[in-house]
Amino acid sequence: MSEMVPADENRRIALVDLLDRVLAGGVVISGDVVLSLDDVDMVQISLRTLISSMSALLPEPDAPGAADA
Amino acid sequence: MTGSDGVWLYAITRDGVRAEQLAGLTGVAGEPVRAIEVGGLVAVVGSVSSSEFGEEPLQRNLENLDWLAATARAHDGVVAAVLRYGPTIPLRLATVYHDDGRVRELLAARRDEFAAALRRVTGRTEWGVKAYGDREAMSEPVAAQQPAQGAAGKGTAYLLRRRAQLAAQENIERRAAGYADEIHATLLRCAVDGRRQTVTDPVLTGKRAWMFFNGTYLVEDAERDEFAATVKTLEAEHKGVTLELSGPWPPYSFAGFEQEAP
Repeated sequence: MSEMVPADENRRIALVDLLDRVLAGGVVISGDVVLSLDDVDMVQISLRTLISSMSALLPEPDAPGAADA
Repeated sequence: MTGSDGVWLYAITRDGVRAEQLAGLTGVAGEPVRAIEVGGLVAVVGSVSSSEFGEEPLQRNLENLDWLAATARAHDGVVAAVLRYGPTIPLRLATVYHDDGRVRELLAARRDEFAAALRRVTGRTEWGVKAYGDREAMSEPVAAQQPAQGAAGKGTAYLLRRRAQLAAQENIERRAAGYADEIHATLLRCAVDGRRQTVTDPVLTGKRAWMFFNGTYLVEDAERDEFAATVKTLEAEHKGVTLELSGPWPPYSFAGFEQEAP
């Protein structure tokens, strides 16, 4: 089903999928916490901020130094 | 030396998870993960430093993609590990408490809600489905509109051609919207619950393909194969469409009461 999706793109999508879920999903608990990402707008703003740097920060999977710093 | 003065919450689960099952598991700060138990519920937590995970540094760090990616993977890694031992409710990334006492209070105060959320996800798994369209394959062969040559000059011919292109474009968008509705409705029938998510920005995915649908579903584990088969059937039924199934995911999108946070 995924002929259209080369591996490096898959890797990015996996991260975006994960961020979508951990930032916008999960139980939100407000009050009495140091910080809770209960403001979806803030998350969206953060993600927009990330867009510009995304390609620079996500190395190609096979590139040297691709492992997490 | 920075102390551990914050408590990061990963997940809530039932007290079936034992301390030795969490042994060796490390969290977002590389810290050992531990359990806080109150009345049949377990909060899986880790001690973190407020110099990295306090409000201000956290806000800053969340803007750093490397940090965010590593933290998201570590958070998800703990959630997924806990999920192996039983129904688990993932916490949204970056839920940090001051101390264990507050976490105990939380478990006591919202016990019924957590119990209900745990029942809801028991025996069920979240799966994501995205649809990508191939604009060419999705467009119907449009009868070439040949403007009468002669009287109509080059400019008119260009305008007519341009108008036909725009109309074809609109047709494809409309068709994709219809496909998306059909796909979602069909998948909902094989799922306990489902929701449509924002289509991921192509800049974020770096994909050339055009994503026109992004859904996520809570599926009975017993119906997992049927769900996957439905995805394949839907793909075959819609010309020019590729469906991508992702998962299994911890039930991030169906954790229960995220809509009613006080």
